[in-house]
Amino acid sequence: MNIQGWAEIALTLGLAVALAWPLGIYMSRVWNGERTWLDPLMKPVEGLFYRAAGVDPTRSQGWFGYAGALLAFNLVGFVVLYGLLRLQGVLPMNPQGFDGLSPHLAFNTAVSFVTNTNWQSYGGETTVSTFSQMVGLTVQNFVSAATGATIAAALARAFLANRGTGVGNFWADLTRTTLYVLLPLAFVVAVVLAGLGVVQSLAASVQATTVEGGQQTISLFPTASQLAIKQLGINGGGVFNVNSAHPLENPTPLTNLITAICINVMGWAAFFAFGRSVMAQKDVRALVMAAVLLLGTAGAALYIIESQPAPALVAASVETSMGNMEGKEVRFGVPSSVAWAMQTTGASNGSVNSMHASYMPLGGAVTMFLMQLGEILPGGIGSGIAVMVLMAMLSVFVAGLMVGRTPEYLGKKIEAREIQFAMLAVLVVPLSVLGFSAIAAVLPQALAGLLNKGPHGLSEILYAYTSATGNNGSAFAGLTANAPWWNTTLGLAMLLGRFVPAMAVLAVAGALVAKPRLAPSTGTLPTHGSLFIGLVIGVILILGGLQFFPALSLGPIVEHFDMLQVVARF
Amino acid sequence: MLNHIRPALVMVVLFTGLLGVAYPLAVTGVAQAAFPSQANGSLVKDTGGKVVGSALVGQAFVQPAYLHPRPSAAGNGYDASASSGTNMGPLNADLTARVKDDTARLKAENPTGAIPADAVTASASGLDPHVSPQYAAFQISRIAKARGVKEAQVREVIENHIEGRTFGVLGQPRVNVLLTNRALDARLGRPDASSE
Repeated sequence: MNIQGWAEIALTLGLAVALAWPLGIYMSRVWNGERTWLDPLMKPVEGLFYRAAGVDPTRSQGWFGYAGALLAFNLVGFVVLYGLLRLQGVLPMNPQGFDGLSPHLAFNTAVSFVTNTNWQSYGGETTVSTFSQMVGLTVQNFVSAATGATIAAALARAFLANRGTGVGNFWADLTRTTLYVLLPLAFVVAVVLAGLGVVQSLAASVQATTVEGGQQTISLFPTASQLAIKQLGINGGGVFNVNSAHPLENPTPLTNLITAICINVMGWAAFFAFGRSVMAQKDVRALVMAAVLLLGTAGAALYIIESQPAPALVAASVETSMGNMEGKEVRFGVPSSVAWAMQTTGASNGSVNSMHASYMPLGGAVTMFLMQLGEILPGGIGSGIAVMVLMAMLSVFVAGLMVGRTPEYLGKKIEAREIQFAMLAVLVVPLSVLGFSAIAAVLPQALAGLLNKGPHGLSEILYAYTSATGNNGSAFAGLTANAPWWNTTLGLAMLLGRFVPAMAVLAVAGALVAKPRLAPSTGTLPTHGSLFIGLVIGVILILGGLQFFPALSLGPIVEHFDMLQVVARF
Repeated sequence: MLNHIRPALVMVVLFTGLLGVAYPLAVTGVAQAAFPSQANGSLVKDTGGKVVGSALVGQAFVQPAYLHPRPSAAGNGYDASASSGTNMGPLNADLTARVKDDTARLKAENPTGAIPADAVTASASGLDPHVSPQYAAFQISRIAKARGVKEAQVREVIENHIEGRTFGVLGQPRVNVLLTNRALDARLGRPDASSE
């Protein structure tokens, strides 16, 4: 460990939060339909979208209508992407000559990109054509991210309304977030990254005769354009098999910093946008603070853990000062790798620049734990802040029980119906993760996919369902997931993890919107001080974290003690 | 929900046109015009214009006169059409065995100096273009002997190719294997392949 390493980790997290502040204000303006400097360029396009689709963007929908539009849009997106992947073999721009995907792989991949998960059961450069990457996957990278944002926008309106009915118009929120926020930002970032060495080519590959006279086929893709939105949209699906570890996708420490910031900057921005939209900046700053404290602690733990002597190196008497370098790139080393791991698992991004499967046992446990907290640090765009607000509502509810008052949050009374839906959103995560993991751990078809045995094998299973349910998409990639059992159940876990919380949030919005907006009284629990920050952290750890502790202790924690025994022998 | 299907269909089609076709093609156009070398993979060509590799993508070197890269799990090693790490857990028996074998081989090739971690660990991508300055220094005596030149001459070329941290903070010091080997050839002549 050294000072540069600590500085790099702090810089990554700090810059992401700092840059999110202005972006969040801008995003709030977009949600509210206020004027932006992109109006002259985008207004005509926006109007064209509404006219062609036959929707009235000014008509505010009730939560049920809003949710129906959201589900319809995602269903159609799924069907189109599924068809496209199945028919890849006969579609154009397939210089690689790849066949269509099998039904279960196409199902898994289509669900994966529609739910903003970007779990990849396939290796990009060996399975998916240029056409599928561009026309299929890139599109969902944008609109699945915008779909997440719509949830937060609707929830914000529900808090702000005083005995209202509508939570906004889904089509307007979707279109405006995509056109005014994601598209322009992705374009700028993509061009910058291309300038810094990220490949952007429509050719399939180039053939090289190496210095020693061998042959090397170097796969190419229009990478920069997809990379920019894969990060900004908190998607995480890499063009190449090894994602952002690939030197053509992430060539330098500078591209690494830029893309590591882009992993979660829009997630933080959605926090700030929500705060501005509800006129509750102080309260949202407290939520940001709680999230930053948890995330920063995890990042520091990862740096310390990955700097320890790895057992294989100790056994061979190799110099260990570089830390655990298996599955890490030299240009990144431990600090850039763990800074990324912190960003990608705290947000529901899931891109990787190092192989989490080869992390030290507790290092792998930290990345899993960050996802199991419910993908709220800061989670996905909108979906993160929305679930974080549910956590805050549960916190005031717990506090209300202790002091015997009706809990209020951001000017609304929190009653039984809201708490029921909040609990539904929170509990579906352990239900899916632990339920599927328990079945997979005893099923021969499932176990056939494991690379590692013993506790690390259990970690592969647990990581897979955690990642899928959290809509993260990273993996302990020793698992060969391209098989019917894994593709199907992981697809179901992604659907549960995406749409149950989304519907719960919209139902909460529907309940809140009809309530009167209250001015804070002397009996209102302040929701912006350090006391409340501590309370929220406690609720997140107990509700999100504690349920997974028994499972973690059979996987990475037992592996850690095995490792201590191995190291002690030398 | 049914009344939402038509707008959903229209929106998906329009977004596909804008985000799936216009956006990537616009980025490709700008990138190809402004940064043709980077956009096409930062290819390295010989004097005759033939592609010998990419400055960003590692390739295999086994001759003793060349700087060797790290172990690779991409295909059969440095297969740039099948990137991959090993994904072995820290206690995986195959990993421990591989590290032991590699360590023994490196000790036989280079009797002096401590073996740095990156020399015996596989990278995340299997295409790591770099080695650490320590691993590069570790190989100097072998390279000098194979080429029949002084160690100082090799050391000079390698030290010229050490890249530091960006802005003093980001990333790690490193040596690009392909570019260093090209410089070794340019400076000291191509090694005789039969000297192996």
